[in-house]
Amino acid sequence: MRLVVDLNKCQGYAQCAFLAPDVFAMHGEESLLYDARPEEEQRERVARAVAACPVQAITADGLDRAGESQGASDVR
Amino acid sequence: MSADHMERLRREGRIVIVGASLAGLRAAETLRAEGFAGDLTLIGDEPHEPYDRPPLSKSALLGMASPLRTELPRRREIDAKWRLGVAATGLDLAAKRVRLADGDEVEYDRLLIATGVRARPWFKEEEARLDGVCVLRTRQDAADLTRRLRAGPRRVFVVGAGFAGSEVASACREMGLQVSMAERAGAPLVGALGGVVGAVAADLATEHGVDLRTHVTVTALEGDPAGRVRAVHLSDESVVEADVVVVSLGSLRNTEWLAGSGLGAGPRGVACDAGCRAFDFRGIVTDDVFVAGDVARSPHALFGYQFLSLEHWGNAVAQAETAAHNMICDGADRRPHLWMPAFWSSMFGVNIKSVGVPPMGEQLMITQGSLAERRFVGVYGHQGRVVAAVTFDNARWLEFYQRQIERGAPFPVEFPTLDRRPEGRQPVPAGFPDPSLPTHGPMVTLSGYSPADQQLVFHPARH
Ligand SMILES: Cc1cc2nc3c(=O)[nH]c(=O)nc-3n(C[C@H](O)[C@H](O)[C@H](O)COP(=O)(O)OP(=O)(O)OC[C@H]3O[C@@H](n4cnc5c(N)ncnc54)[C@H](O)[C@@H]3O)c2cc1C
Ligand code: SF4
Repeated sequence: MRLVVDLNKCQGYAQCAFLAPDVFAMHGEESLLYDARPEEEQRERVARAVAACPVQAITADGLDRAGESQGASDVR
Repeated sequence: MSADHMERLRREGRIVIVGASLAGLRAAETLRAEGFAGDLTLIGDEPHEPYDRPPLSKSALLGMASPLRTELPRRREIDAKWRLGVAATGLDLAAKRVRLADGDEVEYDRLLIATGVRARPWFKEEEARLDGVCVLRTRQDAADLTRRLRAGPRRVFVVGAGFAGSEVASACREMGLQVSMAERAGAPLVGALGGVVGAVAADLATEHGVDLRTHVTVTALEGDPAGRVRAVHLSDESVVEADVVVVSLGSLRNTEWLAGSGLGAGPRGVACDAGCRAFDFRGIVTDDVFVAGDVARSPHALFGYQFLSLEHWGNAVAQAETAAHNMICDGADRRPHLWMPAFWSSMFGVNIKSVGVPPMGEQLMITQGSLAERRFVGVYGHQGRVVAAVTFDNARWLEFYQRQIERGAPFPVEFPTLDRRPEGRQPVPAGFPDPSLPTHGPMVTLSGYSPADQQLVFHPARH
């Protein structure tokens, strides 16, 4: 599982940090820090964060079981 | 080009991408997404699959991510031939061939140049080799720096207070390390955001315990007999003991491999038209060589057709997508790279974001919040119109200001804004240094002649 956040798009709404606190964390009031290569056990939480981000700023692959590439969140 | 020819290119052509990082990868994905079915080769001198750099000076230093694990997620399969760990060393435009360091040659029908930039090294080679003198561009750089910071140095010295340097200083303070930072200008971030906003960054740094030294340059790095750095000498004759020195003096464009190729490439990057097609050295546009990302320099209609070099993550993505699209399209289907410049940074717990081209603005108006509170929106004006905006912990407003820039809204700002303070009623000089003075590569470089200074209405590209 690899992920990247487009921080130009990110509005610091913190939904991701709420849903996957070991992967995403707010730093100060609106900066976001994240682990680009989270543990496998975080997969479901990351998938929920990807889906919940109101501005679709999170791109992740390997979110399905097989771990193959997919651009689930990559809505442009 | 005939429709037939283009069909053949899309079906069985050969596309080569040099530079396998953010721009290279996103271009490859776009080519496939748009139906390119031919041979795709990615050439990269780093021996790794494409990885992301912004976390290297943020999450990685703070222990939230591993510096060696920031590989970019894939948007789709690209079915490419990867030539990693081997540099391109030459280009033969006439024969349409890229030469590689291992002696191989790769032929192309279309070439994309996405070789980015590298960290500008410390200018005295011998001093640069001292143990403890670091730069920060690659994941190895980040892994090395992280290891040194974890080892608990007595003092870290950051040379250059741009975004990267300031982010490193911020991380050091968060790790409880003593850190000094030297800057030739009067404050951090002056080249990118001007002196008024720079002064806020200076206060932030000092309040967080950074020993900030402005209006000075570093003259020498001193080593001990074992070859480890031990002190930094400054132009005001002070000497600061430090066992880690982070050289953060901007970047150099990776264009040496194009020397003698006939392309318009040099220290300022590879010049291209708004469609990402590279110019040859005569200023004539090529039709089979494209450029994208940090290495590119392209004209922007919204900013007086000035050639912009944008060392921004978002630019690399958008320009790669446009270049890829144009590589496999004919005339009328091509589109211009009209991306609205934007970047983010974060330091000392404050989120800094910007849209437009701040260094173009002579004047600044604080339209929301206040400088003293470190939560504000600053709007930059150039010749009576809004050209950029910056926010400190106020990102949610940025989109609104982006629309003002696109519309060419008048400056000084006439519209009412929420949380307007007395300090925001009048514009003030933004405080950019004289552009003719030397500087170490600001994030945005403006150059070129501006044929159109009349107000223009800008329609962002709809992809
Ligand atoms: C520490 C750090 C923090 C950053 N933070 C931010 C931020 O907060 N916000 C923001 O907007 N931007 C930020 N950036 C900038 C952003 O990372 C860049 O804009 C982006 O990486 C540009 O992508 P690129 O593909 O054009 O170039 P690069 O990422 O530089 O990739 C170019 C690739 O080409 C390779 N190459 C070079 N020459 C050759 C050759 N001859 N043959 C083969 N391969 C070659 C290089 O080794 C490299 O792998 C940051 C950069 C760094 C280093
Ligand atoms: S949910 Fe989306 S917008 Fe909110 S902090 Fe996370 S990435 Fe940013």
